[in-house]
Amino acid sequence: MNKETMTVNMGPQHPSTHGVLRLVIELDGEIIEKITPHIGYLHRGVEKLSEHRTYHQTIPLTDRLDYLAPMSNNLGYVLAVEKLMGIEIPERAETVRVILTELTRLKSHLVWIACHALDIGAMTVFIYAFREREKVMQLYEKISGARMTSNYFRVGGLSADVYDGFEKDVQEIVDTFPGHLDTYEGLLTKNTIWLQRTVGNGVISAEDAIDAGITGPALRGSGVDWDLRRDNPYSGYEKYSFKVPVGENCDTFDRYKVRLIEMREAISIITQAMKALKPGPVLADEPQVCYPPKENVYNSIEGLIHHFKIASEGFPAPEGEVYQGIEAPKGELGYYIVSDGGNKPYRMRVRPPSFVNLSAIEKMAKGAMIADLVAVIGTLDIVLGEIDR
Amino acid sequence: MIVPLIKGLQITFSHLFKKAVTLQYPEEKPVVAPRFRGLHTLKVSHNSAKCVACYLCPTVCPAKCITVEAGEDANHEKFAAVYEIDMLRCIFCGFCVEACPVDALGMTQEFELANYKRTDFVFSKERLLEKR
Repeated sequence: MNKETMTVNMGPQHPSTHGVLRLVIELDGEIIEKITPHIGYLHRGVEKLSEHRTYHQTIPLTDRLDYLAPMSNNLGYVLAVEKLMGIEIPERAETVRVILTELTRLKSHLVWIACHALDIGAMTVFIYAFREREKVMQLYEKISGARMTSNYFRVGGLSADVYDGFEKDVQEIVDTFPGHLDTYEGLLTKNTIWLQRTVGNGVISAEDAIDAGITGPALRGSGVDWDLRRDNPYSGYEKYSFKVPVGENCDTFDRYKVRLIEMREAISIITQAMKALKPGPVLADEPQVCYPPKENVYNSIEGLIHHFKIASEGFPAPEGEVYQGIEAPKGELGYYIVSDGGNKPYRMRVRPPSFVNLSAIEKMAKGAMIADLVAVIGTLDIVLGEIDR
Repeated sequence: MIVPLIKGLQITFSHLFKKAVTLQYPEEKPVVAPRFRGLHTLKVSHNSAKCVACYLCPTVCPAKCITVEAGEDANHEKFAAVYEIDMLRCIFCGFCVEACPVDALGMTQEFELANYKRTDFVFSKERLLEKR
């Protein structure tokens, strides 16, 4: 009998492709035979732009990579530059960074659970998760001045100390969050429809996941015990104790469970970090790199000259190359910077987790029904902002 | 099989009696944080803009959206003869405010910047001056 496949185009405006992802799918009836992702619809050339911006000026560009987790992107970038410059940052700044990146993990995972559930048909979770996300967004606005494009971390520390009442706001999120997680679990974990759509869907074995370079919750869902926060600590993560959840069945449901436990662990890290938060400076004493305090600028000529020097030329970085990977909510986010000794990177390369995770989509969805592809996209938790950069 | 679905419905049903969190936006305005990075403003002191046209803000701007041209007034003082910010290019990072050495530039709580013409988004010095 003659077999003919049908080519279907999904995206770039499809509501469940999480942005402007375009997939060209070859179908045999309803069964997926081949998936070709077409990316680049959101390309803004951040890597190239950074070659023409000083190290300082690139920070707001990194907000816009994974726009659901801006603080994590900032952290990866500033850590890379700090490593290149050999700067030690004050303990308070480090702790505040940990608190904020863990809140960012909650924020990113909330969007994941919201959209993943909405794609599969559970609209209620979407509404509830966005309600909780709003709390984190308001904290973002209070601390950095913007709900999404935070631009709060600086090379050498933070742009400003936390606002009055920060501890109270964080405590409120920490206290209420486990209850909200129970709500989502009550709606999904034992729900028959949810189980039928996720159990056995998008299976990828541990070997295949490692071969494809998958990182983050998607890798841990396949049973690989790998978390950069524990295995290659940065920003003082070695001081906190937390569990790294792993799945067993390598399917969408296990990745769902892994992310939910990760959110609970994030709460525990925030609690530990809040206890460790001590008063102190939030910007390193590095006059070559950091702005002087504003009162020096307004009141002394030395301060003014110093301020002009940093603002007009930035700072030169020593010649060399540096790579810094962090455990962003979606996986390993790496910044690779090559410096030729100038005040701008010679080349900056971003290793976005979503880009690498997306490459496994064919392996995960081949042989499944086309309707299950939506669940696979949801479980990969991709963001096109960082795929296309 | 049906029990988890009923439990889920219970959760949804209990939300009926909780307070609604939706902000009825155009009628109700949100309370914006003091650090909010909204529309820029040129601060005024002694009836003139504090800006001394030092060109730090256009230098530090990652989006290159600020145009400054210096002029000289009757007392031979330097001032900004032209000061324009193109809000269509601005990314509201706040670096210009951070870079200002004389505290002449600020960011307001104003976030409703929609307009009809592209030219309306280029804010001239008159439009940026602090309202008192």
